[in-house]
Amino acid sequence: MLIEGLYFLFAAILVLAALGVILARNPVYSALLLVLCFFTSAAIWLLLEAEFLAVVLVLVYVGAVMVLFLFVVMMLDINLAELRHGFTRFAALGVVTALAVIVEIAGVVWVRGFGLDLAAGAASQPAGYSNTLELGTLLYTRYAYPFELAAMLLLVAIVAAITLTMRRRPGLKQQDVSAQVATRAADRVRLVRMDADTKQ
Amino acid sequence: MITLSLQSLVPAIAEIWLVVAVCLILLADSFAGARRRSLTPTLTLLALAVGAALTVRYGFTGAHVTLFDGMYVSDRLAVVLKLAGFLIVAVVLLYSRGYLERRGILRGEYYVLALTALLGIFVLISAGNLLTVYLGVELLALSVYAMVAFDRESGVAAESAMKYFVLGAIASGTLLYGMSLLYGLTGTLDLGLLAQRLETAGPGVILALAFVVAAVAFKLGAVPFHMWLPDVYEGAPTSVTLFIGTVPKIAYFALAFRLLAEGLAGTTAQWTQMLAPLAVLTLVVGNCVAIVQSNLKRMLAYSTIANVGFILLGFVAGTPAGYAAALYYVLVYVLTSLGSFGVILLAGSRGFEADRMDDYRGLSRRDPLLAGAMMMLMFSTAGVPPFVGFWAKLRIFQVLWETHHLWLVLIAAATSVVGAYYTLRVIKLMYFDEPVEAPAGEPAPGVRLVLGVNAALVLALGLIPGPLLDLCARLIH
Repeated sequence: MLIEGLYFLFAAILVLAALGVILARNPVYSALLLVLCFFTSAAIWLLLEAEFLAVVLVLVYVGAVMVLFLFVVMMLDINLAELRHGFTRFAALGVVTALAVIVEIAGVVWVRGFGLDLAAGAASQPAGYSNTLELGTLLYTRYAYPFELAAMLLLVAIVAAITLTMRRRPGLKQQDVSAQVATRAADRVRLVRMDADTKQ
Repeated sequence: MITLSLQSLVPAIAEIWLVVAVCLILLADSFAGARRRSLTPTLTLLALAVGAALTVRYGFTGAHVTLFDGMYVSDRLAVVLKLAGFLIVAVVLLYSRGYLERRGILRGEYYVLALTALLGIFVLISAGNLLTVYLGVELLALSVYAMVAFDRESGVAAESAMKYFVLGAIASGTLLYGMSLLYGLTGTLDLGLLAQRLETAGPGVILALAFVVAAVAFKLGAVPFHMWLPDVYEGAPTSVTLFIGTVPKIAYFALAFRLLAEGLAGTTAQWTQMLAPLAVLTLVVGNCVAIVQSNLKRMLAYSTIANVGFILLGFVAGTPAGYAAALYYVLVYVLTSLGSFGVILLAGSRGFEADRMDDYRGLSRRDPLLAGAMMMLMFSTAGVPPFVGFWAKLRIFQVLWETHHLWLVLIAAATSVVGAYYTLRVIKLMYFDEPVEAPAGEPAPGVRLVLGVNAALVLALGLIPGPLLDLCARLIH
């Protein structure tokens, strides 16, 4: 009962926050509301006994991706009025898409009524069961090979991204940290002796 | 629960060594600085040599070894293809060195990306599971996209990299969609189990097959999924064109073999029917469009497409003999295009790409060695008898004849005649036209020696075709 109550609480917050993301006038508020979305989804996953996924969602999405989003949003000068300019033109397409999604969701719910029981709830695990441990055991034994390959894929992505974007342009103003550290007071301030002006 | 011990990992020595080498070279390159530029190329060649030696010493562990719960397969085919991969990448990097230097893109990352691409190729060669197939495809593709865009100053290269990336992403999506359908139908990702369970699967398999075949056709560059190939070949730096024109073809042969011939063995009748029209279209479009090209790289790209048609024909036969013929064709094709693009690399000089057909007018008088090598390679591509290309085409005709695909033999023979026109035209330009004013090619005597050996191999393997043909037949059982 308590868990169901918590679920509805989190679900309500999630839906409201999601609505806020698209309705907020200030893009920074949108990004912050998206953080709230991720956080409440993580809470719902905790209720479903998927602790590892919940932790990863908070760490990766809230901790890394959303911080990056916020930086980008704050650095770009986003003019919402201009963005919303074409809203009515694409409204029909949006409505059709939304309807299609609703029909699909209804279809999934309806199929459950056939008794196929596609989305049977997982049996709840005994106390002391560690979702993280189970995932880790699988990842590092049976799936060790694809797991390592995925790591190599990320390494390739890093090498490719750096080699394609990092370049030294001539005339670019940038900090030279070692020069900054090695500087001395004598180089910065020049004391000039001037005779005091006296009124004639 | 499976236990992992170091001893059990020995069959995967080639991949393990490559990962270690990539990390070491990446570190060494960052600390070497700009002054010691020759360090990374030397280290990379050394790493390839050590990798090949380790593979020869420890790779041949048994007829068919599986690791990691069947995700990794090591058989004689895999070991031989990996050795070929080591050798070809070493030759590719040897040919490319001077070109990279004069175009100002000799950076350590180029070599690292070449090694990671090779790792992707190895993963594909040894794939025993749809998961590893996909990871191999992506590892290879991501490295190659970055290599195509490697010259940041070149707008053409950036454009072709974008095209390649976007179309490649669509192909990956198609492959994944087909795989997810296969998983839904059979409940397994393991290629061995897949083959067993597909025998009882329903007609939905056709849909999954269509997606998988389309993805394989895209990767190979078969018509109508060939749009990326000419643009990428022409736009990429020539050293990268040399790379993508050679080693990945081995990987995509392995992809087609592991996925279609092994994993989807129960549905051979269906996918050969899908491949046959693709092969015919590929032969016709590739050969006919190649005629009107004025850029040699673009012409060779269409010639590649035509060759892909032949490789597909080997698969259309649907028998072990057919796959062996396709394997032989791939190896011969890789050897030949290695030399052809090598000639383009060596004929150029600073500020002169030597990629137009007109640049080759009268080459025989300016540079007899390059012209001689190019002549042999072009004769082989056209399928003129004493050269190895003739045997490759003949073997495909034979297996098609044995499997009663008479009409395919006729189409392939007719398009080969068309194909002979544009390859022989290069020879005519080099030997019978008046020389044009052009800068002298790259002197590099060592690299020229390798190119000479490469061209001589095309002739030698043509004079004594037996051993390689036997090897291919024995590798595919």
